[in-house]
Amino acid sequence: MKFNKLVTAAALAVNAFLLPATQAADDPLKVGFVYVGPVGDHGWSYEHDQGRLELEKHFDGKVETTYVENVPEGADAERVITQLAKSGHDVIFTTSFGFMNPTIKVAKRFPKVHFENATGYKRGKNVGTYLLSTYQGRYVSGVAAGMETESNVLGYIASFPIPEVIRDINAVYLGAKSVNPDIKMKIVWVSTWYDPGKEADAANALMDQGADVIIQHTDSPAPLIAAEKRGKMGIGQASDMSHFAPNAHMFSVRDHWGPYYIDTVQKIMDNTWKPEDYWGGFKEEILQIVSVNPNLSDEIKTAISETEAKIKSGEFHPFTGPMNDNQGNEVIPAGKTLTDEELAGVMWYVEGIDAKIPQ
Amino acid sequence: MDMELIQQILIAALKTGTPLLLIALGELVTEKSGVLNLGQEGMVLMGAMAGFAGAYYTGNLFLGMSLAMVAGMIMALLFGALALSLNTSQVATGLALTIFSIGLSSFMGGSLVGSTIPGFKAIAIPFLSDIPFIGDLLFNQDILIYLSFFIAGATWWVLHKTRVGLTVRAVGENPHSANALGIKVIKIRYLATLFGGAMAGLAGAYLSLSYTPMWMENMSAGRGWIALALVVFASWRVGYLMLGAYLFGIASILHLVMQGFGFDISPNLLAMMPYLATLIVMVLISSNSLKQKLSTPMSLSKPFDPKLH
Repeated sequence: MKFNKLVTAAALAVNAFLLPATQAADDPLKVGFVYVGPVGDHGWSYEHDQGRLELEKHFDGKVETTYVENVPEGADAERVITQLAKSGHDVIFTTSFGFMNPTIKVAKRFPKVHFENATGYKRGKNVGTYLLSTYQGRYVSGVAAGMETESNVLGYIASFPIPEVIRDINAVYLGAKSVNPDIKMKIVWVSTWYDPGKEADAANALMDQGADVIIQHTDSPAPLIAAEKRGKMGIGQASDMSHFAPNAHMFSVRDHWGPYYIDTVQKIMDNTWKPEDYWGGFKEEILQIVSVNPNLSDEIKTAISETEAKIKSGEFHPFTGPMNDNQGNEVIPAGKTLTDEELAGVMWYVEGIDAKIPQ
Repeated sequence: MDMELIQQILIAALKTGTPLLLIALGELVTEKSGVLNLGQEGMVLMGAMAGFAGAYYTGNLFLGMSLAMVAGMIMALLFGALALSLNTSQVATGLALTIFSIGLSSFMGGSLVGSTIPGFKAIAIPFLSDIPFIGDLLFNQDILIYLSFFIAGATWWVLHKTRVGLTVRAVGENPHSANALGIKVIKIRYLATLFGGAMAGLAGAYLSLSYTPMWMENMSAGRGWIALALVVFASWRVGYLMLGAYLFGIASILHLVMQGFGFDISPNLLAMMPYLATLIVMVLISSNSLKQKLSTPMSLSKPFDPKLH
């Protein structure tokens, strides 16, 4: 992080010399990124950083970026965000749910800075939120896993009980159930986004209990590697994880933030930016199914691409009524689909999931 | 719960406890000589990175393992040069070493992220591995786990049954007397610190070559700190240390297994379990405060300058 700052500072100094005087007044837009994990996690933070690089490339010199990685969610985040705001950043992307409250707090003190918080739900005059419609990829994962499983038990490694994670658990179950009525899902909460050892332990515990396809809502490829070791299957999370487990890897649901970051920064340059609640999925190509394992059966491969296409075109929405939660209450009436706003508040398990949401 | 599942839990617990045990054994010896090195987390990461790099580029896992130990020792040497030769504060130097190593390992290992290696395979010991229940648990593991059993036994033996161990402990208890007896205090402390580095490096190799065969930034995820606490709670005793490490392993695995079975307990509470269970047991077995006081190396973290004597 320090090194990166040093480099940007050095680059700036060099630029000041090289650029003609007329352009020197036209300072580049400074964009800051706050990551919850290391950029080398090959998952969530890695893809945000890929987006950052795409942004830099697209604006070629007109945008200057800084990032701070491994920022703990909580008080430390506030310090880091404040630091970025103080040091003249025009836009700050805080890329985790746990940065939501610190972002709102800091944004009040820096009304001229634009803030964007990923996966959060609190917005303000200068705070927008952005989110992936990850449930779309999860539904496809569910369909593929439901067809692939022989034991009819799927293992799910979950991080924290927040709406995004709960929603995705539902989507996987709905997808699997749609192709396999006998499906069962075991959910294990690991209370971390990133701990390769613990994620692998969780995968092994699930496989010990009969799961033969592992789905993860954590960031490291360790669960996939664990599945590879035992001849089971898994689905890559956030980035292309195929090379970690050539046999076990069914496909990856990739986060592709570049287009969103470019679009947002363009709006800020044009002065048309408004704090919004942005959701991007297959249609916006912010979410992609990549590296489908060629060894999967043709039936599964077809199901993957067909389901993806149906969701992309809007022909099908995973959260379509009638739908009950697992307590027997109706959560979506017949003929209705949940709006993005309603999806953001999903804190129930769909009928059939034999578990309770942790309090 | 059937026997097979209990066995699987114990096997998983053994694997989870092993890196903690290795790091803690190294730190125990280092602390016994009166040196407090808070750089484990960093040395583990350097070991994990170097071990993976070695195994990846040469295709030889044992070479990777050796390289991991060397990497840990180089970092320990750096600590020694500052804290032992230049008498800087051990606490500050150790913390700095950790921060430095986290960055250095990420930087040096950047190109290795995403690469894969086969990793250590389990070796079944003939006959012994056929014993029901404990056979698979104790005699069908990979080489690093066997090595950890051996090192734990050897550490106990050397510390308590040999002249070398006596010397190390004397240096940690009272370096002035040891010095007066003609023992080279700084040399002994260097050696103990290097042993700590080698063990942390080996633990790193275990992480990146066996437990989760890959290299990623910060993959030790705080295990160095847990091991550090274990040493204190185990009252600097090898037996208690093993107990603590495996207990932590069992509790970590149980918390995952119980969820799979659908126990209706908050996962947040369950996630606390490893820390809580280990803490309680360790406090109970070392509740005798006089004993605890006596087992703490008297000169722990205090610098020693032979030139002043």
